Parts: sequence; C-alpha cells; structure tokens
Amino acid sequence: MMLDKRMSAAEIVAQIRDGMTVGIGGWGPRRKPMALVRELLRSDVKDLTVVAYGGADVGMLCAAGKVKKLVFAFVSLDAIPLEPWFRKAREGGKLEVLEVDEGMFQWGLKAAAFQLPFLPTRVGLGTDLAELGGLKTVQSPYADGETLIAMPALKLDVALVHVNRSDWRGNVQVYGPDVYYDEWFAKAAQKTFVSCEELVDRMEDHYPEHAQANLFERCFVSGVVEMHCGAHPSSMPPHYGWDMKAFKAYAGAAKDPGDWDAVKDRFVGASEAQYLESNGGKEAVAALPLPIF
Amino acid sequence: MTQVTLTELCIFAASEAFRGNGEIVATGVGPVPRLGASLAKLTHSPELMMTDGECYLVEQPVPIGPRAYDDRKPAGHLPFSRFFDSAVWTGRRHAMVTPTQIDRFGQINLSYMGGTYQQPKTQMLGVRGFPGNTIYHPNSFFFPAHSPRVFVPGEVDMISGAGYNPAKRVAGGNYSGVDLRTIVTNLCVIDFGGKDAEGNRAMRVVSLHPGVTFDEVQEATGFALELAEDVAQTPLPGAEALEIIARLDPHGIRASVIKDNPPALRG
Repeated sequence: MMLDKRMSAAEIVAQIRDGMTVGIGGWGPRRKPMALVRELLRSDVKDLTVVAYGGADVGMLCAAGKVKKLVFAFVSLDAIPLEPWFRKAREGGKLEVLEVDEGMFQWGLKAAAFQLPFLPTRVGLGTDLAELGGLKTVQSPYADGETLIAMPALKLDVALVHVNRSDWRGNVQVYGPDVYYDEWFAKAAQKTFVSCEELVDRMEDHYPEHAQANLFERCFVSGVVEMHCGAHPSSMPPHYGWDMKAFKAYAGAAKDPGDWDAVKDRFVGASEAQYLESNGGKEAVAALPLPIF
Repeated sequence: MTQVTLTELCIFAASEAFRGNGEIVATGVGPVPRLGASLAKLTHSPELMMTDGECYLVEQPVPIGPRAYDDRKPAGHLPFSRFFDSAVWTGRRHAMVTPTQIDRFGQINLSYMGGTYQQPKTQMLGVRGFPGNTIYHPNSFFFPAHSPRVFVPGEVDMISGAGYNPAKRVAGGNYSGVDLRTIVTNLCVIDFGGKDAEGNRAMRVVSLHPGVTFDEVQEATGFALELAEDVAQTPLPGAEALEIIARLDPHGIRASVIKDNPPALRG
C-alpha cells in the first residue's frame, strides 16, 4: 500500500474555487506551471487573488478576467520586458494590487510557511510601498528600538508548481540551475499541486542518486500530474528553454484590438494535447535552446 | 584606429564606480553597466564577484549577446533562491541599473508613470528588487539619454527605491544602508557629494564628457545640480580597456545603446 497522489489537471483545477488565493511558482518566463495555468484558463473559476513572480501566467489570467487582486514585485517576459496583457489590465484600472519588493515577496511566503502573521524587514522603508500597500511598521522590543516594516504573511489556499520529476507520493526532484522560490510557495500553501515532466511510481527505484534535488518534502504536496512540456512557453532547464517565438506571438496579440477571447485558442487551446500539437509537439519543445542571459 | 564611442567612454566611467568595492557582487543590468562591471573586474578590481546573468558566479566575465549556453565557466553558484540571503540583505552587492525616472533625492521609479496607482497611464515592470537594493547596498545608475523626463522635477511618480529624502524617513528606521554612488549619463558623471539648502545629500556633477558644458547638463535636468569645484573631463578609455570591451561585446550591442552611437569626442 502506498500513497498515491496522482490526479488529472482537471481534478487539480477543480480544487480551486472562486475567490481563492493562488500562488504560482517560477519566475517571469522561467519554470512556470503553464499547463496547469492553461487548465485554469479553461475553467470557470474567477475572482482569484494571484501571488506570483509574474510572467505570462499572470498576463493570461489577467487577460481572461480571472484576477481580482494581484500580489507582485514585477511582471515580465525578460526579453519582452513589459508583459503586455498585464499592462492592459493595469492601465484599464481593473486590478487590485499589492506591490512588494522581490525580497519582501519571498519573506511573505516564509511568514506564511512558518504560520507567522508577518516577518520584519527594513525593505520598503523610504519608498511608496508601505503607503500604497497599507503595510504597517513594528518597533523592535530590544534596546535598538528599530522601526521595521511588517511584511504580512502571503498565505496561499493553493500553490501550483512545475518540477522536473515526481513520484506518485509527491517525492519531487527539482534540478534546474535556479529553483527560485518554489519551495516557499509549496510551504506557504494549504494545498500544493505539482505538475512534472516525468512521473515515476517509486522515486527510490528510479533516481535514488538524485535525492538532494528533493527541494521540498512530500508532506507539502497534495497532488501530482505528469505534464510533458508543462512549462511551455516558459523555460524548464535542463529539458528546454523558453519559446521566444511563442512569447512574441502572445505579446503581439495584445496589440489592437487585443481581444483575449478572439486569440485565447492560440495560447490556451481546447486541451493540453491540442495545445502541444499546435506548438510543434514534444520534439519541437525539447529542441528549444536554453536561454542566454 | 576606429574612433572611441561615447558609449565606450560611458562603459569606462561605469567601471570606475566599481573600483575598490572589495569582495562584493557587482551587478550591471543592461549592456553599459554590465560591461562596466566586467571591465572593472578584468582591470583594477579582480576581487569583484559577478554572475553570468543567470545564476552562476564566474571569475571570467561572460560576454554579452548570443553565445553557447555552456560557454560560461561557473566558479560558484548564486541563484535567485539565495540572492537575498547572500548578496542583497547582507549588503554584499553593488548594482548599477537604469530606472525610468530619478529625482533630486536619488529616489528612483520602475513601477508606473502618470494616472493613478489604481489606473496608471503607463504600467512598467513593477518595483522589482529596488526597495531592498536601495536600503541594503550601494547603487549606481546609467542613463543613455539625459533629459528632464528622466531627471524629473519634483519627485518620481512612484518611489520604488529609497533616496535621501528626509520626508520619506520614519522615526527609528535604519537608513544607514542607503548609499547612492555614481550616475553615468551620455553627458556627464554625477555623484551625491553635494548638499542642498536643508543639508541633504545632493547630486553634483564631477566630470563632463568631452565637449559638454555644465549649462547643457543643467538644461537637461529637471532640478538644480551642483558642480564640483574640481570638475574634470571624463577620461577616455585606453587601448587595453577598448580591447577588453570589444572582447566582452563581440556582437557590437553597445553600438545601439546611445542614439546614433556618437563618438566620444564631439566633432
């Protein structure tokens, strides 16, 4: 008898209900759980609070009108610095936002992971962040008496993360050159759902020599699904780089009239199989070169 | 010999900002800052640390532009997942970046311009890491087009990075880490060695690029600048520096940084 956390993408998305706070792992156009985001885009879920180091995940969810509030430090596609669909949503006055510094962001995830109401930081002092975001200060109770910003816990109902490997029980292996803050998304959430490039039955029977790549423990994983090319068009080293051609098409579609409903089929698709097929299939994605910085 | 370009002069000036910084991470975002940091490491300041732009620490600065992924030779690892623990929140970093706006207090903006916060006229990147960078470690700036739209009158639209504005300081806050160093532009080099009427640190022009007058700089700036008593002409890079710059930018990306890629010496 073993734990079996396998689910379908649709079953995972069915766990996300209107009004929930959803954290999305990865960073800009890198390591994004895009297949799960696409499944979310195929659903009727709305009024989400999205917490992300944003890329096209945030842009698409904004374009589709699913985001009530966004917690962010940036939204960017790197080579396309300004995420056009996010930009449209902001300039349309449609989003509530909590804008924080990149470091404060991970600090808020850590506060949530440790079940603390906040963690203190100097970051944000001297800027407009506290005033715009309603962030409060605290005073050190020790002799220094320092005034610090209390970065509130970013508690997530659900986190979505894309990893290199997992087994049925949720023993993940994450081994890109940079794993960003996926560990803290997983720990900050009530439930974390993981998509993976490769799913195996028992990790110890297949990749025991890579146990150090177990970025977070399986108690933080509620469900797993195998999604080949599940980060496309974002990068997933070492399997594939980002798809700049796809990003350019996506960014171009935001220009006039920039109607998401008219173009979403190209970027979401009716199913993941159809999406992958229309992007050249597994072989084409596997051939995308790793990005140069 | 080909003429030295204004961009190459700026790269050389940018490298000076990193001189004698010690064993810290030198981050240059954009071609000129990155080439400046790399030039510093390869000449006067080999103790500098830097990344390949992704996550590996390299002792041999990586050329900019297209290259093979494995060309960089990692000597260490500094991923974003450790970046705040290791580099930013320990103060062991000096970044040179290009915000969209800067004001007389050195406050910078990368978030939005115009309109309201609820509905910006122009949404930009977001504050990124500027709040943490500016409260914790030294920062310098590069602007390829010095103008009042960049050096804005009043204050920036959204203060994304802390400066020397006394009105933005709360009682008991620790601002000892705010350390704005050097601003390199297409016209001049500025530091914060001046003092305004209230005694706050203020911008001061320390060198003018060849052929540029202080009046020209002042006209392109939305607030009053000081002029250093010992103002100099910004030095031209020598043959060694030019050779290193060319090697680090094999595709000539630097030619597109400043409009029309003018020579350093105005003709």
